[in-house]
Amino acid sequence: MSDVRLMWRKSLNVVMLTLTGVAALAVVSVLVMILGYLIWNGGKSLNWDFFTKLPKPVGEDGGGMANAIVGSLKLLLLAAVMGLPIGLMAGVYLAEFSGKTFAFIIRYTTDLLNGVPSIVIGIFAYSLIVLPVKHFSAFAGGVALAAMVIPITVRATEEFLRSVPVSLREGAMALGASKWRTIATVVLPAASAGVITGMLLALARVAGETAPLLFTAFSNRYWSPGWQQPIASLPVMIYTYAIAPYDDWHRQAWAAGLVLLGLVLVANLGCRLVLNRRGTYRSV
Amino acid sequence: MSITATTINGAVPPPAGSRSFVERLRDGDEIAHLITLLFAAAILLLTSLLVYELWINSSLSRAKFGLGFFWTRTWDPVGGDFGAAPFIYGTLVTALVSLAIAIPLGLAAAIFLAELAPRKYSDSVSFLIDLLAAVPSVIYGLLGIFVVVPLMRSVIGPAIKHTLGFLPIFKGPNYGVGFLTAGIVLAIMIVPFIISVSREVLLTVPREQREAALGLGATRWEATWQVVVPWARTGVMGSIFLALARALGETMAVTMVIGNDPKIAASLFAPGYTIAAVIANEFTEATGNLYLSALIELGLVLFLMTFILNGLARLLIIATDRGGGRA
Repeated sequence: MSDVRLMWRKSLNVVMLTLTGVAALAVVSVLVMILGYLIWNGGKSLNWDFFTKLPKPVGEDGGGMANAIVGSLKLLLLAAVMGLPIGLMAGVYLAEFSGKTFAFIIRYTTDLLNGVPSIVIGIFAYSLIVLPVKHFSAFAGGVALAAMVIPITVRATEEFLRSVPVSLREGAMALGASKWRTIATVVLPAASAGVITGMLLALARVAGETAPLLFTAFSNRYWSPGWQQPIASLPVMIYTYAIAPYDDWHRQAWAAGLVLLGLVLVANLGCRLVLNRRGTYRSV
Repeated sequence: MSITATTINGAVPPPAGSRSFVERLRDGDEIAHLITLLFAAAILLLTSLLVYELWINSSLSRAKFGLGFFWTRTWDPVGGDFGAAPFIYGTLVTALVSLAIAIPLGLAAAIFLAELAPRKYSDSVSFLIDLLAAVPSVIYGLLGIFVVVPLMRSVIGPAIKHTLGFLPIFKGPNYGVGFLTAGIVLAIMIVPFIISVSREVLLTVPREQREAALGLGATRWEATWQVVVPWARTGVMGSIFLALARALGETMAVTMVIGNDPKIAASLFAPGYTIAAVIANEFTEATGNLYLSALIELGLVLFLMTFILNGLARLLIIATDRGGGRA
């Protein structure tokens, strides 16, 4: 009787442990499949025109997404200019100056802002910028993305500043440096590699965002000079092209998907390799 | 002798390490403190402004429909009659389907990575899984439309109908798009979060716990399932809440595969609609202030749902961080 029970326990052990392995394998193979599909379908569709030409009028084959590539870069620039300084300074505050209660509130709010669905951030930027001036603009899209960059930058900055050894600070203080001088000339440079990669990760994350741009930056089939006009971006183009009924547009959606995924993954891979070597950063 | 007293006298130098306010001001410390504080407060302001804008801009709809908004099933832009029920239903159903798939898969993978795989391989695999979390959602949508939907129509759907077709949730025609498809795509998107957080929590469980269980004659699986996982359950719950909040708010991938039909259907094969999807689809086309206001109120509802879940998730994770650190 007890032999049967032991056999049962042992086989259950083997079965369940195997299943956990299968689950891990399944998840990793999803990544491989995503990459495979995009490289296969996107690679077939990618050509030089994609990077140099404007979209053709509806119904005509060919053309490219040069305006969307430039548009995405412009939106990222806006997000960086508006979001990174706020995130950096708030991160410095949390790591260096903060007391207990107020810091907890800020940290908690940052986490909540980080968890706000991106479509809601879109509504926010819409009612803040688009509604008063009554037209879509690159600027509104930049504000939406900046609101998403801020919380990620705050947490990364705080974490890396905290990982700088106390002895470095004490050394600077002992030489007579004031606190802010210590931070500006010793702590920040020591943490700079981490802080900068954290910022790049934040930008890589918002580079793929579509939802907050749908009704802020909107889209544009032509070049968009300046910052006050609707502007095209790669994620929105992928969305529009994928749900459209034209085969040539599907082809271009795959090409755009490959370019976007390539950019995001290369940025992530590079950043995470740097960070993992330093061995301090937790992504979630 | 207090510090303030010495400053006023100016005769005795303050003790090392605590300089007077005036001195810190001269060195720039107070200014730096104030400036960084302002930036930190800006985040508070930004978040409050977000809530304020959602609240103010949905006032028209809140005044007209009141609480009935939540259980009204009509969504009639032409007649100006709006209710949130089909969207709340769709959001919850897709999120639950995705959790039903992602929790077993993610927890199993996390157990494998934390308990069985050698640390070196476990770290590399986790690295790959973190990359999976970085894939933009519109890419998942693209793959959803062109890979999952056809697969659903030709393989997965018929297979489920063949085996479990007698259940009411699997009745009705299978179009390829619908709650189940959206749930599957969502599951793929949230699994990396469950794995990543759960694995870290499992790794914080003290070695002695495992050794004690194994020493009492438990098999490896029994030690894991009856000792290690219960020990880590708060953190695992936190990871699930975090994943759920993400599933509720996910827009693009769901919009592209759910079929966008504001109906409440019992069948998972039926097309539906979620809050995020209806906002994405109809916001730019919304004619009239009431229509826009109703969409913004939906945004407010979505915000509150994720707000509560994220708050709970963070509290759970903070609780385990403390518990894990002490043990």
